Amino acid sequence: MEEIYAKFVSQKIRKTRWRPLPPERLQTAETFATGSWDNEENYVSPWSIGDFGNLDSDGGFEGDHQLLCDIRHHGDVMDLPSFDRERIVTASSTGCVTVFLHHPNNQTLSVNQQWTTAHYHAGPGSPSYSSAPCVGVVCNNPEIVTVGEHDHKEADHKEATRTIDNADSNTFHAVTFLQTPEILTVNSTGQLKTLDFRQQGNELSHILSLTSDRVPLHCVDRHPNQQHVVATGGQDGILSIWDVRQGTMPVSLLKAREAEMWEVHFHPSNPDHLFTCSEDGSLWHWDASTDVPEKLSLFHQGGRSSTFLSQSISNQANVHQSVISSWLSTDPAKHRIETTSLLPSRSLSVNSLDVLDPCLVCGTDAEAIYVTRYLFS
Amino acid sequence: MEELDGEPAVTVIPGVNSKKNQMCFDWGPGEMLVCETSFSKKEKSEMVPSCPFIYIIRKDVDVYSQILRKLFNESHGIFLGLQRIDEELTGKSRKSQLVRVSKNYRSVIRACMEEMHQVAIAAKDPASGRQFSSQVSILSAMELIWNLCEILFIEVAPAGHLLLHLLDWVRLHVCEVDSLSADVLGSENPSNHGSFWNLPGNTQTLTELELKWQHWHEECERYLQDSTFATNPHLESLLKIMLGDEAALLEQKELLSNWYHFLVTRLLYSNPTVKPIDLHYYAQSSLDLFLGGESSPEPLDNILLAAFEFDIHQVIKECSIALSNWWFVAHLTDLLDHCKLLQSHNLYFGSNMREFLLLEYASGLFAHPSLWQLGVDYFDYCPKLGRVSLELHIERIPLNTEQKALKVLRICEQRQMTEQVRSICKILAMKAVRNNRLGSALSWSIRAKDAAFATLVSDRFLRDYCERGCFSDLDLIDNLGPAMMLSDRLTFLGKYREFHHMYGEKRFADAASLLLSLMTSRIAPRSFWMTLLTDALPLLEQKQVIFSAEQTYELMQCLEDLTSRRPVRGESDIQQLQDEDIETTKVEMLRLALARNLARAIIREGSLEGS
Repeated sequence: MEEIYAKFVSQKIRKTRWRPLPPERLQTAETFATGSWDNEENYVSPWSIGDFGNLDSDGGFEGDHQLLCDIRHHGDVMDLPSFDRERIVTASSTGCVTVFLHHPNNQTLSVNQQWTTAHYHAGPGSPSYSSAPCVGVVCNNPEIVTVGEHDHKEADHKEATRTIDNADSNTFHAVTFLQTPEILTVNSTGQLKTLDFRQQGNELSHILSLTSDRVPLHCVDRHPNQQHVVATGGQDGILSIWDVRQGTMPVSLLKAREAEMWEVHFHPSNPDHLFTCSEDGSLWHWDASTDVPEKLSLFHQGGRSSTFLSQSISNQANVHQSVISSWLSTDPAKHRIETTSLLPSRSLSVNSLDVLDPCLVCGTDAEAIYVTRYLFS
Repeated sequence: MEELDGEPAVTVIPGVNSKKNQMCFDWGPGEMLVCETSFSKKEKSEMVPSCPFIYIIRKDVDVYSQILRKLFNESHGIFLGLQRIDEELTGKSRKSQLVRVSKNYRSVIRACMEEMHQVAIAAKDPASGRQFSSQVSILSAMELIWNLCEILFIEVAPAGHLLLHLLDWVRLHVCEVDSLSADVLGSENPSNHGSFWNLPGNTQTLTELELKWQHWHEECERYLQDSTFATNPHLESLLKIMLGDEAALLEQKELLSNWYHFLVTRLLYSNPTVKPIDLHYYAQSSLDLFLGGESSPEPLDNILLAAFEFDIHQVIKECSIALSNWWFVAHLTDLLDHCKLLQSHNLYFGSNMREFLLLEYASGLFAHPSLWQLGVDYFDYCPKLGRVSLELHIERIPLNTEQKALKVLRICEQRQMTEQVRSICKILAMKAVRNNRLGSALSWSIRAKDAAFATLVSDRFLRDYCERGCFSDLDLIDNLGPAMMLSDRLTFLGKYREFHHMYGEKRFADAASLLLSLMTSRIAPRSFWMTLLTDALPLLEQKQVIFSAEQTYELMQCLEDLTSRRPVRGESDIQQLQDEDIETTKVEMLRLALARNLARAIIREGSLEGS
C-alpha cells in the first residue's frame, strides 16, 4: 500500500467521515470531517485533501490534508454522519445531538440545531437526572435516528418525533439503516436487533445473536446493494457476516486480530471489499472478490447491474450463484478472502475509518490522521 | 540528600495574599493544590477575608501545548520502534539502526520547531509571539545537543570523520541563526579542501591525510614567514586564519556566532585529524577564549562542554535541570542506554537512570487527560517499577464514557492486571446501579468476575421483582449462559427465570421440580421463599396433580421452616397489622392448598394406573 499520508493533529480522533459527493460524481472525495475525544476541549473539524488545482506529474493531488476550520464540541464525539452536503450531525458523550452547518465560502462551522438532552438515564424532571451518551446517529434526510445507550429517538428537522425508551438493557454500541424505515442496532451482549419505525409499539422486531458467548459487538455496516447482508465487528476482533432475512446466527465468522474491532465498512461502490480497524492499531482490507472465469466481469461492478443482467441468462443455477453475495458464500474453497494490512506500523488504536472511492481516511489514538488516495492501485 | 544546585524559583499565585495568611498545599500526581487558609500570620486572631479559590499548579505546561503534543506522539512511535529493535543485532548494522533512530528523533524535533516558528510569526499579540519564539529556541538548543550527542556517542565518529561531522553540525545550526555571514566563513573552507578530504568513499588512511595536511600547513607557514603576502593585509590575515591562529580567528568574532563555531573552525585549521578524546581540551580553551572573561557560560554551554568531555551523566543532569519537561532526557537516555553507554548506576530509588527518567516522563503524561495512552507503553518498558507504576496510575484515570473504559480494560487485561480490571468494572457497575441500569451493572460484574457485586445486583433485581411484579432487563437475564455460575444469587435468578419460562410453556412438572429444588437446595434467599411458595400456589391449584406426595411434604416443610422462624411481633401499628394480616392469609391459603394437594397426590399414587 503506497502513498499513505500521515499527519499528527494534536487530538485523538474518534470518528472520521468523508463528506458525501454530489450525485454527478465528477470529482473524487475532497473533504472529510473528524471528531475528537478525550480532550478537555473536543473539536469537530473538516479537512481537505490536496491543494486545489495543484497537480503533480501524475495528475494526482499533492500534499497532505489541511485543516479547514474547527468548532468546539461539548463532550466526546461519538458519531459523525453527514446529513447532507453541508450539514454534519454529531452525537456527543454528554447525550447531546447537534447539527453543524459548514459554510464553504468562509470556511466556518456553525451550530444549526441542537438537542441537548436527547439521551439521559433519568428524565430531566426527576431529581436523579443524569445524561447518557448518545452512541450512534444515522441520517436519512430529513430524518435522524439517534441511539443512546438504552434508547432510540427519531427526529426530523425540528424536534424529536418518537422515542423508544429502555429499548435494551444492555448498552447499544452502533446503528445502521437496513432499509429506510428499519434500523439495525448492535449491543454489548452480541445481539443484533432490528426496529421498524413504521410499526407502532416499542418492541424490537427481530433479534439475532451470536452464540452464548455474549461478546459485545462494536460496529455494524450494511452491504451497499444487498440490504440483507450485514457485517459486524466485535470485542474479540471477529468479523461476522449476517443475513438478516434468515436465521439467528451469523453466516460466517472471520478472525482478524485479538483486539476490539471499532469500525467496519463496505466499500460503497465495490462491495466485495471490506475495511476494518481495531484497537491494536491495525487497518485491514478484506478482499472477497473472486476471479472465477465463468462469471462475467460485469457482475463485480455493482450490485444493481448484476441483478439486471442475471435475468437475461437462461441458466437458472447461474442466476442464483451471481445474486448471492460473495460474502454470504460458505464455501471456503471457492471464495478465498484476501486480507491486507494497510498501515505501515502499528502503534495505538485506529478508532475510525471511512472509504469513498478511491480514498480512505482513518484516525488513531496516536493523534494521527492517515489518508490514502489510491486504494486499488 | 544532595545540595540544591540553585535557588528554587518563586511562583506568585494571583489572588492569594501569602503575607497575610498562611497557605496550605497538597501534592497530586503531576500537580499541586494550593489555597489560602484562614490562619493569619500575625498574632491577632482577626478574621481576614481570604481568597475563596483553590488553585491547581502545574509545573509541566509543555504537555498542554498543541504543537508539542505532536512531538510526544511521533516520538512515542519512534520509541516503540527502538525497543523492538532486535537485540541480536550487533556491530555495524545495529549502529546504523541506532543512528537512524537518532536521526528520526531529530527530524521530529525539527518539524516541531518549524511549525512553532510559523505560529510565532503568525501570532497576533507580541506576548504569545515571544513565548513561541522562546519555545523555538529551546527546541533548537535541544536539537543542537542531541545532534552533538549523536556524533560523539552514537555515531562514535573516529578521528578524521569526526571533524567532518562537527563541520556539518555547526553548519546546520549556525546557518539557520545567522545565515548571511556564517556562510562566508563556513563555506569557503570546503572549497579549499574539497579535493583534500575527498569526502565519501575516502580511501586514504588517517595517517596519509595527516601527512598531506602537515605538508600543506608547513607550506602556509613558510608563506607567512617569508611575508609573501605582506602587501595585502587581508590576504595575510586569511593566511593566519588558515594556519589556525587563534588571535586571527578571534578578530572575526562577529562572524562566529558562538564558541563552538569558533572551536570547529579552529580545529579545522589547526588540527583536522583531532581524536575524540582530545576534543575536550580544545573545547574548554575555545570557550574561554571566545568568552574572553566578559560573560559567564550559559547552561547550554555547560551541556555542550560536558558532551565534549564525554561525560554523559553530566550532560543528562544538566539537561534535566535546564529543561522543564522530561521528554528530552528520557528519550536521549533511553537511546544512549540502547547503545550500551550507561553503566547501571543505582540511584536512591533502586532503578537505573534510564528507568527513572522514563518513569518521570510517563507519570507526567498520565497527568494529562488525553496523553495517558502514550504513558502506558513507556511503563511497559521499565522492567523494575513500570508495572507497579502502571497499576497505580491506570486506576486513577477518570472514566467518562464506556468507550474509554473499554480501552482501559483492554490495557489491563492484556497485562493480566486482574485487580485493576475488577476495580474498574466495579466503578462502572456502581455507576450503572446509580442510574438504575441493573442490566449494565450485571454485565460489568460478570466481566470482572466479581461474585460479590453480582450478588448485590441480583438482590436488587429480586427486590424490584417483589415490588413491581415483573423483571426488568429480561433479555439479559434470560441469556446469561455459563455466566450464571458466578454467584449463588445470580444462579438463583437465572433458574428462577427458567422456572417462569417453563411455566409459560406449560411444562408444569418440570417447573414444579425446579421450584422445589430451588428451595430445598437453599440457593434461594430466605426473604424470597414466600414468593416462591406463592408461585407454587397456581401449580397446586391445577386440575391435575403436579406435585407428588413427597414433594408436597417438602413444600410443607419449607413453609413450616419459614413461619416458625418469623419473629413474634409485639405492639405494632396499623400498617404492620395489615401486613401481618396479608401474611397470615397467604400462609393459610398455602396450607389449605398444600393439604388438598397432598390428599389428591396420596390418592393418585395409591391407586392403580388406569383405574
